[in-house]
Amino acid sequence: MLTIKRFAAIPNGADLTGLYRNMAGDYPKFFKMDTACKLGFLLAEQLADEARFVPREDRAVLMFSTHGCLCNDRHYEETVQDFPSPSLFVYTLPNIITGEIAIRNKYEGETSAYVLDRFDPERFCSLIEQAFQDVVTRSAVCGWVECRADDDFTAFAFLVERGGNGKEFNAETIYGTVNQ
Amino acid sequence: MRIVCKGRSILTPLGTTVQENFDAVCRGDSALRRYEGMFGVKEPFVASLMDRKEWTREGHTFFDSLVIETARRAVEDAGIDPASPRTAFVLSTIKGNIELIGKQDVTLAASARTLTGAFGNPNPALVVSNACISGLAALLQGHRILCGGGFDHVVVVGCEVQSRFIVTGFQSLKALSEAPCKPFDVHRDGLNLGEAAAAVVLGFGEDGWELVDGAVRNDANHISGPSRTGEGSYKALRYVLRHISAGELAFVNVHGTSTLYNDEMESIAIDRAGLIGVPVNALKGVFGHTMGAAGILESILSMEAVDAGLVLPTRGFSELGVSRPVLVSAETRKTDKKAFIKLLSGFGGVNGALLFGKGGAGC
Repeated sequence: MLTIKRFAAIPNGADLTGLYRNMAGDYPKFFKMDTACKLGFLLAEQLADEARFVPREDRAVLMFSTHGCLCNDRHYEETVQDFPSPSLFVYTLPNIITGEIAIRNKYEGETSAYVLDRFDPERFCSLIEQAFQDVVTRSAVCGWVECRADDDFTAFAFLVERGGNGKEFNAETIYGTVNQ
Repeated sequence: MRIVCKGRSILTPLGTTVQENFDAVCRGDSALRRYEGMFGVKEPFVASLMDRKEWTREGHTFFDSLVIETARRAVEDAGIDPASPRTAFVLSTIKGNIELIGKQDVTLAASARTLTGAFGNPNPALVVSNACISGLAALLQGHRILCGGGFDHVVVVGCEVQSRFIVTGFQSLKALSEAPCKPFDVHRDGLNLGEAAAAVVLGFGEDGWELVDGAVRNDANHISGPSRTGEGSYKALRYVLRHISAGELAFVNVHGTSTLYNDEMESIAIDRAGLIGVPVNALKGVFGHTMGAAGILESILSMEAVDAGLVLPTRGFSELGVSRPVLVSAETRKTDKKAFIKLLSGFGGVNGALLFGKGGAGC
């Protein structure tokens, strides 16, 4: 059985730099990131437990969205005509958010990025359960980071683990937690 | 019951069937050529591109047309009902319709809707967009969906089309070679981009090619550079090697993008995983880097090779240019082994390995 160890959410339109200064403050790479990655980074900071910073293969990072990195894609496209920006281009991949979280925390397990039509707790839950078919995976940072624009987003994430004492991770508890 | 490949399809500039593409690889053909002014890109580049006029269907974009057509062919090959609620679709792509940004809805979610809509399938398609390992990750996802229950078949479709957006991006990173790429070669100096579409229908069965297992692992090191120790690739290899010994593998079909760092990293991972005695080959010199299609395209051609008792040649390779003595297969060679590993890695520090076997090999 999978259970919820922690949950984190960032309010739409929140001041991400302010959150970063309160939460981390010691990771200047944050300022290079696109908005989706900043959101993922800040969610993972809130979820972080004793298990971070030591390389570990048993923690996965699974991120979901509808828009992927389209917000940053628009910024990159604006540079293409004159001087294509390599630093923007590397953020035009929907999975970079998982890589940023893995690098920061030394999570060496699976990292996967998925695009769904909309947030559906049933589907979100079943895809995460399927990821735990990997027998090495013991816990996962599982997030929905929907970045429609730099100041318009929906961002929340669960730290899910095998066993554990938290609430069971299922569609009902996901729905209840997200909407509390 | 095993999870096996029931239908397959490949569309590339070299052929529109699996057989045509396999024959082209065996002959040593390549679709890589030099383009000047293509997509409005200022600098010339070498790539493997499809004929847009030939493949674009009315009412659909070039990308969506290729996705639907390759899925249709794989579904026909498998003889399954694509509209059945017990059939799921997984789409693998990195950038989808990005060339149309600002002109229409270019979300990957929109392409997923178009795909299932074309077949009247009631399940929303899942998009796996995991950088250059997307195709491999999508096949693994298909395996997991079937293991999870509720479905009889999963149609896994991979596709990438090129555009100014992607080409200028790789140029800005100085990742492209000005010549056809040279995987694992001492003179390698970058990759070439490619367009392709490929699909596999996975289902339950006893016969045919089994997708045994797979794993995805992160280097947790750098977002755009591979690990110097091959960490993620090594760990992904180690995971699938729980099922098989090195001596049972016909080959490892590697990523082999022909960038300095990728090929070096793969050689380290292969050595660390105890696979230094296993033949290694790469297909990027034939098709270029087809991104979201690569994992599926290269897996299908590897199955064909084992069926023919062959290790395919590595076009572009002549002299080993990595630090570990990997057995790069320069020319076609014979094999009597019945299993292989597909290896990929990509931006975001992501790496993946899949194990395929036939006749119980590797199970």
